[in-house]
Amino acid sequence: MSFVLDIATITAVAAGAFFFLAGTVGLLRFPDTLTRLHALTKADNLGLGLVVLGLLPLAGSVREGLKLICIWLLVLLAGATVSQLIARAALASEPHRRRGDHVVRAPEARPQWGSSAFAARDDGGPP
Amino acid sequence: MTIASALEVVLAAVVLGLAVWTIAARDTFSAVAGFVAYGLLLALVWVRLDAVDVALTEAAISGGLGGVLLLGAAARLRTSETPTSAERPGGMLRLEAALLSAAVAAALAAAVLFLPDPAPTLAPAAAEGAAATGLGNPVTNVLMAFRAMDTLLEKIVLLLALVGVWSLAPDPFWGGRPGMRHYADPQGVLAFLARLLPPVGIVVGIYLLWVSADHPGGAFQGGTILAAMWLLVMMAGLEDAPPVSRRWLRLLLTVGPVVFLIVGLGGLWLAGAFLAYPPGYAKPLIVAIELAMILTIAVTLGLLMAGAPERSVEQ
Repeated sequence: MSFVLDIATITAVAAGAFFFLAGTVGLLRFPDTLTRLHALTKADNLGLGLVVLGLLPLAGSVREGLKLICIWLLVLLAGATVSQLIARAALASEPHRRRGDHVVRAPEARPQWGSSAFAARDDGGPP
Repeated sequence: MTIASALEVVLAAVVLGLAVWTIAARDTFSAVAGFVAYGLLLALVWVRLDAVDVALTEAAISGGLGGVLLLGAAARLRTSETPTSAERPGGMLRLEAALLSAAVAAALAAAVLFLPDPAPTLAPAAAEGAAATGLGNPVTNVLMAFRAMDTLLEKIVLLLALVGVWSLAPDPFWGGRPGMRHYADPQGVLAFLARLLPPVGIVVGIYLLWVSADHPGGAFQGGTILAAMWLLVMMAGLEDAPPVSRRWLRLLLTVGPVVFLIVGLGGLWLAGAFLAYPPGYAKPLIVAIELAMILTIAVTLGLLMAGAPERSVEQ
């Protein structure tokens, strides 16, 4: 029985770690704020959820298990709220993209946070 | 090398890297973001060192409270940032700054490297005296009994810091409401979070206080969570910040140190020394002080975040 549980733990935690890795790669590689948020929230929701699920068999008591689940639920709540707020701030700071509009993607036309804005600052001169 | 020690090496390397990056970052906002991440990772370091009490405080103060304060400062500095960073100090000044920094680093390194081995410790003495208070958490024992004077003074310093913030208020708004009025969509996500989270946060804050008798936790950690809940409600616009001249507010701000002082002076009379607890009554007295303290800490931290009064009472 404990062997089966160990396999379940390893599988779930590894899957959770994969989601965190994928989320991090997405955060670094995706082109704009909204897609980056999408990647980040997947890591928070699914990644942490799977890690908690994997740790449940190892919890010493029901109370500890409930605490783990509470942590996951609180992170879900905080992550969902904060990503909504960041997304709204991002939409407000990009005036050509309004809520509900169909977005035509033109990555080369839009300045990317990671590149041009910081590069201009690194030159020392005002952007 | 075991997995755990590999993890520790990676953690230490990331913390050091973040520290260097925080100093090297040109942009104030990026530096603050780096500092917050640094504080949270440092909390993990404390957990690895089995100092969970310190880890909780580090996460609450450096990651939470200090982060928000620095973000506020960065936002205020934004207008003057470009002209300031364009200025370059003279060569002599830079040389002096470099020499001073090197001297401080060398002194710190010497202090660490020339520590006697084994390092002098009072831990056995603290563990020996644990039975005197009836508390199982040695950190709470040290903070509330063996070194209670430090804790008392620390809380008074916190109050002085708040007075310092308030004294930045313009004359017409003295005693008024701190900061700007926050508005948010009453049906929006922020207001939703501000209705859902406080009941949970209040329970967790009080739990951290209660559990600190035998496990990591305490009035400071619990008070920080209570303050965060209050700030969330204010930021969502559900409740305005109270005018700082309100009598109940002043009462909450002083109840912690006052109860601490009364118990301390009582010790002078009943137990023969300032801040000494009469035998058998240590635990109830400590719980009473901590209960008063958590209220004071929560209100003080909340008001520190809310800032100097910027509006009159009516606004």
